[in-house]
Amino acid sequence: MVNPNVQGKQYPATAPYLVGREKIREFAHAVKSTSATNLDLFAAQAAGYEDLVAPPTFAVVIQERSLAAVLADPEADIDFSRVVHGDQRFSYVRPIVAGDELTSVLTVASVKSLGAHSMVTFETKIFDVEQNLVCTAMSTLVVRGDE
Amino acid sequence: MTIKFEDLEVGAAIGSLEFLLTRDSLVRYAGASGDFNQIHYRDDVAAEVGLPGVLAHGMLTMGAAVQVAVNWVGDSGRIADYQVRFTKPVVVHPQDGAVLVVSGKIGALNAEERTARVDISAIFNETAVLGKAQAVVRF
Repeated sequence: MVNPNVQGKQYPATAPYLVGREKIREFAHAVKSTSATNLDLFAAQAAGYEDLVAPPTFAVVIQERSLAAVLADPEADIDFSRVVHGDQRFSYVRPIVAGDELTSVLTVASVKSLGAHSMVTFETKIFDVEQNLVCTAMSTLVVRGDE
Repeated sequence: MTIKFEDLEVGAAIGSLEFLLTRDSLVRYAGASGDFNQIHYRDDVAAEVGLPGVLAHGMLTMGAAVQVAVNWVGDSGRIADYQVRFTKPVVVHPQDGAVLVVSGKIGALNAEERTARVDISAIFNETAVLGKAQAVVRF
């Protein structure tokens, strides 16, 4: 069972992540994007962006980094081998573009139990170097209990 | 071809896409995303934890499915919000992979914010694998 007392717990901001142009291309290919603003610098600039635009689910790379702290937290007591992804949401203030330097702050939004299982919802707020909010990522993990 | 907000109608189809997810796709996604959970590339580990086989990352399915909306507007930077529920696993056969069929239709329009909500369906093996898959597109 996930410790219900971690509800509301906030974890320290992650180290800055520099979004690379080739990382965006690599991620775009991996999610089977053929979108020009993800892959072609001139197309991205013609559309008004400073650099390549990250695909809509790219923020998961940043979310993963803050989740790692929770999964390593003995107080939260989350057994990763029993984790199933329940739902995911990304709400963007603006798109992520290459050259962004992003940090994230994760809060445990809720811990609920559902029989032997636990459902934990995390809110990850992603900020740019000026401390402006870029994206809010909400993720619910289902942690399977003993059958 | 630029799509005008004024021309949009709720219920209208925006297109469909078919993806072949192979084991190679999963390895590529693991590397790109940093999600190296072994259930996405090792049959023995998948079997040990009681899964029917190696599964595609839910986030790969989510990331591929939204491409139907991205292709429609032609710019992923216009996806303001995107959410899904993971309802069924996508089992990826070692030789044949898994075929994911994605389609989208306009679910709602917000004239004030000039946004369209695209409702996305993702089908594997005749079963919907995403629930409440919605992308909000800015116009």
